[in-house]
Amino acid sequence: MTGDRPVLTMTGISKTFPGVRALHDVDFRLFPGEVHALMGENGAGKSTLIKVLTGVYGTDAGTVTLAGEQVSFSGPMQAAAAGVSTVYQEVNLCTNLSVAENISIGREPRRLGAVRWGEMRRRARALLARLDLDLDVAAPLGTYSLAVQQMVAIARAIDVRARVLILDEPTSSLDAGEVAQLFRIMRQLRDEGIAILFVTHFLDQVYGIADRITVLRNGTLVGEYRTEELPQFSLVEKMIGQELDVLERLDEQQKRATVAPDGRAPLVDATELGRRGAVAPFSLRIHAGEVVGLAGLLGSGRTEVARLLFGADRADHGQVLVDGGRAPLRTPIQAIDRGIGFCSENRRAEGIVPELSVRENMILAMQAARGWLRPIPRRRQDELVQKYVQALSIRPANPELPVRNLSGGNQQKVLLARWLITEPRLLILDEPTRGIDIGAKAEIQKLVVQLSDGGMAVLFISAELEEVLRLSHRVAVMRDREMVAQLTNDDTLDADRVMRTIASGTPREEVNR
Amino acid sequence: MNTLTDRLRPLTGHRLFWPALVLVVMILANTVYRPGFLAVEVKSGHLYGTPIDILRLSAPLILVALGMTLVIATGGIDLSVGSLCAISGAIACLHISEAADPNSPSTVLTALALAFGVALVLGAWNGVLVAVIGIQPIIATLILMVAGRGIAQLVTEGQIITINSEPYRAIGLGHFLTLPLAILIALAAALLVAAFTRRTALGLIVESVGGNAEASRLAGIRSRRIVFLVYVVSAACAAIAGFMVTANVSSADGNAAGLWIELDAILAVVIGGTSLAGGRFSLSGTVLGALIIQTLTTTVYAMNISPQTSLLFKAVVVIAVCLVQAPAFRARFRRRRRGVEPGPATPQREKEQVPA
Repeated sequence: MTGDRPVLTMTGISKTFPGVRALHDVDFRLFPGEVHALMGENGAGKSTLIKVLTGVYGTDAGTVTLAGEQVSFSGPMQAAAAGVSTVYQEVNLCTNLSVAENISIGREPRRLGAVRWGEMRRRARALLARLDLDLDVAAPLGTYSLAVQQMVAIARAIDVRARVLILDEPTSSLDAGEVAQLFRIMRQLRDEGIAILFVTHFLDQVYGIADRITVLRNGTLVGEYRTEELPQFSLVEKMIGQELDVLERLDEQQKRATVAPDGRAPLVDATELGRRGAVAPFSLRIHAGEVVGLAGLLGSGRTEVARLLFGADRADHGQVLVDGGRAPLRTPIQAIDRGIGFCSENRRAEGIVPELSVRENMILAMQAARGWLRPIPRRRQDELVQKYVQALSIRPANPELPVRNLSGGNQQKVLLARWLITEPRLLILDEPTRGIDIGAKAEIQKLVVQLSDGGMAVLFISAELEEVLRLSHRVAVMRDREMVAQLTNDDTLDADRVMRTIASGTPREEVNR
Repeated sequence: MNTLTDRLRPLTGHRLFWPALVLVVMILANTVYRPGFLAVEVKSGHLYGTPIDILRLSAPLILVALGMTLVIATGGIDLSVGSLCAISGAIACLHISEAADPNSPSTVLTALALAFGVALVLGAWNGVLVAVIGIQPIIATLILMVAGRGIAQLVTEGQIITINSEPYRAIGLGHFLTLPLAILIALAAALLVAAFTRRTALGLIVESVGGNAEASRLAGIRSRRIVFLVYVVSAACAAIAGFMVTANVSSADGNAAGLWIELDAILAVVIGGTSLAGGRFSLSGTVLGALIIQTLTTTVYAMNISPQTSLLFKAVVVIAVCLVQAPAFRARFRRRRRGVEPGPATPQREKEQVPA
């Protein structure tokens, strides 16, 4: 299965950003016909290593050898031309262009300078057929789901006769069926002799497909292992470099007992709240100190529920009571004024302000609530920021760095801190652990438990059922943009039952709201 | 060599280093060409000399560019400032010319208040178009850029209004504490805007809206109000600049007053290091940028460059200034000179990716 000579070797790679040592003397090799998982926590240097390889960044030291020749790419285009193609974590395609255009952009088939549209579409269809995808190649890419867009990105990558295919967290927004489809494609490409570098945070997926694993930690190489020789447990230990007690303790934790309704009015009481084209009218009550999980497949309307409760979108149906009183939630400010916070799943577009510093990003929501005439005194800012940088162990711990210099998981923590600083009574977390590493994930889960013990209500949205079940008192199930059930998280509830509810749309026993 | 570069890094790495260097080089070039360039003398209690002239003449541009900086920081642009200069100047001059006593301070003050008020209303118009109706800023302000010239023509009835008012003339040519009044007004405006943005949270919020408008909305920022506000501030700055421009010549010409000043202002903002994409802004950079542009204009006159080639000369210098400022260009230049590839000391701006 694996060739005897590596197609790609990286030796002694070092890379420093201002204030961050991203990589230090890292070696990496990749054999033809293998799937090689690159593992590590957020900020371990995975993305940096890939960007060094594809020429997005220059190196401070070290060499890259491709098929026996030393190379130094000037950028992803040149790397792709040499056979090193990358599909990034967040789809970098143009949603306003057609599927066919996206696949061949930059290398359109031409005759006398004019684009041969028919040929372009034919090629795109052939390529997608190879991946078993049945799409209208003339339709704008934006009409397809994120998952399909990801597949199109892969189609685009293998179109350039790739020898090395880099998949940087391709599965973070895919559901189980789509992941299976992706794996089938990956195996097919592997068997064709392509070397695949695979980055993911899902351990099961690593063991499902990878032949070899390289682990990075804090920008240094921990080691390279054959998958069958590295038990899952030791992999995690090597990634986080400490004992697994944090995770275990969370796992040992028993089912969360339901918060007994104590006669007080629910904190938030939504009745028949809905918005045409987004989510069918639903009713949901959330009490102080309660964690309500929102389960369902991608695109089932989870995010839409959150956006209505936060006033990010305007409801055209139903009403919301906060503390028993009518509360119009037409804008985010109105929701924030009533003590509701919302961490969007779309960190880059709806979360961080990239060029502002960590400190500025953190205090943004609090400052917005105070209005611009009442700036938060600098000393107070520094106290708050210091407190949360420590409490959430944000790395690097320099609050004056632009937030774009931080890794994805640390950006997520900055956003969490932004809302925690406002001391909300209901915190809506939309996929707070997506695309972040296992250590940070455990920290965030632990935090949710602590917050709810302290009396904060949390609406927790996640594609991972285990996570939802571990944290929630109640689970609301979404299916096809409709809230089909609300289940109390007691001894009888397990992932299997939630899954069956998602699949059938009818819970066996509906629980009183 | 290396240690020297290292030691200078805190200096060369400063945001304002390159604009400041450009200004110094320009002044040096002028001094070499005309050794008396920097000479300043005291005549009847006032300072005179080329440097003072540059400061005085750059005052309107500094004012317009200050407002423009805030607009650009929100990710917008205001093309109407030139027309606003013309309108405010025309209204002020019209009022003074029709008054019984053009020299009375109360007449001048009423004229200023009237013109200033109209400018604020027009700024609010821009703000509504952009922030409430959601028209792209370049189109929204283009409306007033074109229509504003017409309004100014209507005010002056197509004539050039000439006035004879000492207090009004002082706005452009007067002195206070040996310095030209105009530069003191511009300085005061700069300090006021700086206090307004940096002593409150307005600066942060403007930068946040310009950096990521949707994220700012979800963080609870009332972006519309902020965007509306910056267009009003921009109009206010343009109005004062309009007073200066017309006071300089004691007449209001609806066609010529403030012509193309919006483009010089945008240039000043960009030279000062504020990105046209919005986000981080630098007021001190903008002031430097405006001084660079005025110095350049003065240089063109001082060096007796023929009017036919002066625009071309200006263009060449502007291109050079922009290139010198661009980190990507400097990195490439340095690489070629040394023949080896240095590791870029700073992540380049255009690459927004996150190291992870």
